[in-house]
Amino acid sequence: MDKKYSKEQLIGFYETMYRMRRFEEEVFEFYKKGMMPGLAHLYLGEEAIATGVCAALTENDYIGSTHRGHGHLVARGAELGKMMAEILGKEGGYSRGKGGSMHIMALDKGILGANGIVGGEIPIATGAAYTAKYLGTDQIAVSFFGESASNEGTFHESLNMAAAWDLPIVYVIENNLYGISVDIRDVTKTIDIADRAKAYGIPGIIVDGMDVIAVHQAAEEAVKRARSGNGPTLMECKTYRWQGHHVGDPAVYRERRDPNEKASWQERCPVDCFKDKMIEQKKISEKEFKKLEDEIEAQVQTAVKFAIDSPYPDPSEAYTDIFA
Amino acid sequence: MREILYRDAICEAIDEEMERDDRVMMIGEDIGFIGGNFKTSVGLLDKYGDLRMKDSPISEAGIVGMGVGMALTGLRPIVELMFSDFLLVAADQVVNQAAKITYMSGGQASVPMVIRTPMGAGRSSAAQHSQSMQAMMAHFPGLKVVVPSTAQEAKGLLKTAIRDNNPVIFFEHKMEYSNKFMIDDVVEPIPFGKANIVREGTDITIVATSSQVMKSMDAAAKLEKDGISVEVIDLRTIVPMDRDAIITSVKKTGRLLVVDEAHEKCGIGAEIGADVMDDVFYYLEAPIGRIATPNVPLPFSPALEFPIIPSVEKIIVKVKKMME
Repeated sequence: MDKKYSKEQLIGFYETMYRMRRFEEEVFEFYKKGMMPGLAHLYLGEEAIATGVCAALTENDYIGSTHRGHGHLVARGAELGKMMAEILGKEGGYSRGKGGSMHIMALDKGILGANGIVGGEIPIATGAAYTAKYLGTDQIAVSFFGESASNEGTFHESLNMAAAWDLPIVYVIENNLYGISVDIRDVTKTIDIADRAKAYGIPGIIVDGMDVIAVHQAAEEAVKRARSGNGPTLMECKTYRWQGHHVGDPAVYRERRDPNEKASWQERCPVDCFKDKMIEQKKISEKEFKKLEDEIEAQVQTAVKFAIDSPYPDPSEAYTDIFA
Repeated sequence: MREILYRDAICEAIDEEMERDDRVMMIGEDIGFIGGNFKTSVGLLDKYGDLRMKDSPISEAGIVGMGVGMALTGLRPIVELMFSDFLLVAADQVVNQAAKITYMSGGQASVPMVIRTPMGAGRSSAAQHSQSMQAMMAHFPGLKVVVPSTAQEAKGLLKTAIRDNNPVIFFEHKMEYSNKFMIDDVVEPIPFGKANIVREGTDITIVATSSQVMKSMDAAAKLEKDGISVEVIDLRTIVPMDRDAIITSVKKTGRLLVVDEAHEKCGIGAEIGADVMDDVFYYLEAPIGRIATPNVPLPFSPALEFPIIPSVEKIIVKVKKMME
């Protein structure tokens, strides 16, 4: 199944996943050291999804993101230093400290913004797809959201309209099983959210969200469908978050059903398993991995330093940017 | 000058702006084939086609959210909500998304979107189709709030709204749609934040919004016969607010009455009174007065509805009391 992938592509997958992994670990460190105002929702464990999906996009495409959005932003090539500075509420951040972790936007990368409201971004990304159709460009939009957002009204409204009008969009569900503490299986009869696609008359596919190759292959199909004017796809990626809902959430609720739940998902770590497989298949050597990891480590440490060194915004900044 | 129905003046503004700028489009319930529930877009579907004049499903949050996405990606959408009460159905997209994206993004993004929506009581539409939401909308930073009076004002202000780079909530009073007005042959955009002194007077200042401007003008004509000279200010926009015009007028007249149809509690009268108090306190010859809808839901029966909403008679009685 990996035959179609060049070495550069495979290296690219790992590079992006490892960058997300190390970025999020450093964010967690900031929290533990008490350096971070507020909270953050970590993408640890879900790296294969944003990596695989965004690798199927062009630089002109749009993505809509969520409260758990750092991974999506890294996958689109957002600057690590500006992201990290924003998470610390610093002047050097993407929004100069006005947005924080949940509201990082990088329009120059087609990132319509992370979003603090569950399901809030789904119609916004759908609107971006409408623009592409309206202007007749070949752009598409991707809307990332969690399984629990599929129980919000905006999910239904957006998928209905996108399907009715064949809008160029891919809806990517990151099904990590939990909406904060509530197990999706306790509040939703439809275990596979992808099944809901039938109700909108669009394809719904289930993907192993721990396997970057599987995600990328599915995304390529869905992106092709969208770009060729055939309308949206609902793509459900089964995944798991290593940490709780946000930093500081001990996630005790996950032990109820299966005490080994987390461990069994971690055995399928998207970053480590990919690396092991590549070494085993002799596609990428351990030495090459080490070099790559060292480079990424340097990038992440540069971003950390940039964020720490960046000053806090002047209090007068609170009164700017209310209107365009 | 020529005679025109208010609803046709709205239609002309939309038509002229769509003709001027092909990024302007409209989406809403029943706006296309039947030309709008209140006939404000008759003929525009035929002229501009389905993509620019989009009949939507009944999905208020979805269409406002799509409007946000379109606005972020280069279009200038006009979203029609059939009744302003439905702003609450779409409230997350209006208040948490549209109003805040420019700020949360540190000024990277702008949301040039107009939400056009009918306001006000007087049609026995009862509690869910008669409200005046301008005070509530004005409460949230990041929204511009427009309350036009006559057909001329509505046309000029709507043109400005469509050209503005921010989310604008544009309230059309539903009791005016079928009324005839005189209008200039060519109506230029009317700047926001510049109140219009529609009648000069020396005894009392009435600051009015929307239909209350016409009612205040009627009252002023009648009060003149009793020897009371009323100055009437058409506020035009609540955000931004022309407080200088109010202050200048009140310093001259010594009295201020605010007439607005929203509920009295936390309403426009309370806001204007508190806002200008520091500047006018020593000029006042009577306490600041307000006429608003009392804090009850809008009732169905005309026997109940008309007695509670602002009227010419109520304005006359209140002015006379303030002149005692």
